[in-house]
Amino acid sequence: MMSYELIGITVLWIFLYGYLIVASIDFGAGFFAFYAKATKKDHIINQLISRYLSPVWEVTNVFFVFFFVGLVGFFPDMAYYFGQSLLIPGSIAIVLIAIRGSFYAFESYGSKDNLVYMFFYGATGLLIPASLSTALTISEGGFIEETETGVHLLSGELLTSPYSWSVVFLAIVSVLYISSMFLTYYADRAGDQPALDLVRKYALFWSSPTIIASLTTFIALSQQNPEHYQRAIDLWWVFGISVAFFMVAVFLVYQGKNYGWAFIAVMFQFLVAFFGYGASHLPYLLNPYVTLSSGVTNETMAIALIVVFIAGLLLLIPSLVLLMRMFLFDADYVKGKK
Amino acid sequence: MFELDSATLSRMLTSLTLLFHAIFATIGVGVPVMVSIAEFIGIKKKDPHYTLLARRWTRGYTITVAVGVVTGTAIGLQLSLLWPSFMQLAGNIIALPLFMETFAFFFEAIFLGAYLYTWDRFKNPIYHWLLSIPVVIGGTMSAFFITTVNAFMNTPQGFKLEDGNVTSINPLQAMFNPATPTKVFHVISSSYLTAAAVLAAIAAFFILMKKGSQYHKKALKLTVIATFIFAIMTAIAGDLSAKFLAEHQPEKLAAGEWHFETEDKADLIVFGTLNEDNEVENAIRIPNALSFLAHGDFNAEVTGLEETPEDERPPLWIHYMFDLMVSIGFFTLGISLLYIVFWKVKKWNEHHPLLLWGIAAGGPLSMLAIEFGWVFAEVGRQPWILRGFMTVFEGSTTSPHVDWMFILFVALYAVLAVGCIVVLRKMFKNNPAELELEHRYPQVAATKEDD
Repeated sequence: MMSYELIGITVLWIFLYGYLIVASIDFGAGFFAFYAKATKKDHIINQLISRYLSPVWEVTNVFFVFFFVGLVGFFPDMAYYFGQSLLIPGSIAIVLIAIRGSFYAFESYGSKDNLVYMFFYGATGLLIPASLSTALTISEGGFIEETETGVHLLSGELLTSPYSWSVVFLAIVSVLYISSMFLTYYADRAGDQPALDLVRKYALFWSSPTIIASLTTFIALSQQNPEHYQRAIDLWWVFGISVAFFMVAVFLVYQGKNYGWAFIAVMFQFLVAFFGYGASHLPYLLNPYVTLSSGVTNETMAIALIVVFIAGLLLLIPSLVLLMRMFLFDADYVKGKK
Repeated sequence: MFELDSATLSRMLTSLTLLFHAIFATIGVGVPVMVSIAEFIGIKKKDPHYTLLARRWTRGYTITVAVGVVTGTAIGLQLSLLWPSFMQLAGNIIALPLFMETFAFFFEAIFLGAYLYTWDRFKNPIYHWLLSIPVVIGGTMSAFFITTVNAFMNTPQGFKLEDGNVTSINPLQAMFNPATPTKVFHVISSSYLTAAAVLAAIAAFFILMKKGSQYHKKALKLTVIATFIFAIMTAIAGDLSAKFLAEHQPEKLAAGEWHFETEDKADLIVFGTLNEDNEVENAIRIPNALSFLAHGDFNAEVTGLEETPEDERPPLWIHYMFDLMVSIGFFTLGISLLYIVFWKVKKWNEHHPLLLWGIAAGGPLSMLAIEFGWVFAEVGRQPWILRGFMTVFEGSTTSPHVDWMFILFVALYAVLAVGCIVVLRKMFKNNPAELELEHRYPQVAATKEDD
């Protein structure tokens, strides 16, 4: 029997993973849409991108809200430590998310083809993962201190740390990689050859920085938090499986067929690596202040949250399946016939 | 930068975010109800005017909902960023409704996307209408859950506090606290009312400006009748809320009503001013009305502010917030009733300009009443963040950078407000309803690329 706190963190981690995938697709697509427009290739792919994004952008946002509300619910101590220390990066992330979400709606429902709106939409898409990854970085320890006057972020340490920069770099290139891999699949489904040619090039281009950034982050982690690094090394086979999925995905795209399988391989690549990272992070949630068992809410609330979570899934999964069948797997819709 | 402490600045920033969010949240809860009703009437009566109403309202709604979503995300995060000690304590007790709120929001988000992109997809239009139901349910349920959290802050229960540690937690008792029923009822009914009043104001304004078409007249009739019904609901909810306050939060009612001494047969004070000795001047006094408002009995005893220790009293200016909210409520009720009377009496003209101007004013005024009401409710529980347990000063962040964040968010909301107005104007200005009707309905089959 899993303990409540382990169920709690697993649930949260699944949602964060869900956000990682859907938000990467969304953030990257926004950037590619802007990039295509700026390089006058927008007629090739922007139709495709907006057909996918329009019905789902709000859902993407909910994954994120879900994660942080769940985190505060299961682990109220995290609200205290992260809240005290992350005022500035957190506020910047809020502003970026707000600009992005609303400008997307302004552009796609309101004044179509407004380059300024598209610029903000595309640029914020790359800055959001960078600012959000700060939270993961400081969870490794060494970036905040607790004194008499409260908890403080050591911004100097954060800005000069090789680890924090490699995480930022990894976040950005992964976004572009995941997104272009998805768009390759989507373009193929739509039977849109020119779009496919373009996004396939993006996908192959962004694959190598992604794997390089993963390695450098690993190396930087060994400097930043040797214990965590050691626990990760103990799980070396998990990361090995992730690399294998990466090679499958890139091989399939290079071959130019089975794009659906290629994207599934990408999802597994990140799933395995993300859970390997998460498992090796434990028992600390926020090193050294909060551990899995010290930060957890009381048992009554944990049970209530898990019950609600299961009930919620029974409502959400059929709804999500319906949404995907309408807009993702409905060939006529994807091809623009509906 | 400002010579203010973090707690005061955190209060300012939270108020700013909430007041801005409240506009879009209210529209977000109320408008889907109106859209769903209009689409249903359109299908039943086979009247494309109503279907077009639903379509056009929905299109404007997407813009407001986007701003609502992002400002809602902002307040969700700001709660932990600005009030970390409060969230650490309260997270143990109210995580359940917060979590459920995100489920409701998720549900709404999924079906809003589906609703927006399937207008012409089904042979039987009723299937499309059915997609509006989960949007209405999701919006209303998220208002319900988040209001229970606010209610909890007003009348906390369902836990024990021993040396700063919470024990004996009962999540359902915390959620269904004494403030929950009246607060939820009042929040939902006033959101429906405000959405209806805003849409009525738009229709009235168009008729005033352009001698509106059939389309606008139908829109006006539908929205004003809805306004009237929701205004009655809101008045009942308001009355129940006052009775709740008298029993559970007498200091809020006393400060709101400038009722200083505990007495029976208490007068209701409407507007007025206070002199240096806290004596009321220039006010309209309605004899015994406060006793009736508080307890349903003209002779009942009403607790005065003197019973509350001085350092636990809310500021007295909330009196104006209360009076403005109630006055606007009665104005909307009256003007919508007047319209219905004029419409029923055949000799009278329900499109008389004065009446239309009244309806047009009702929209923005109702939105103001929402803001006044929230200010009254929130400032009325000062100095507490968790009434009886934690003051706002104990709950706030110690970070010295809140001032810069305040400026950052002022700029953000200014950008969002301007963007929202510009886009909405553009959306409807170049595409008047009459044109869209001509274009869309003579040849239903050929209109697939819109939306």
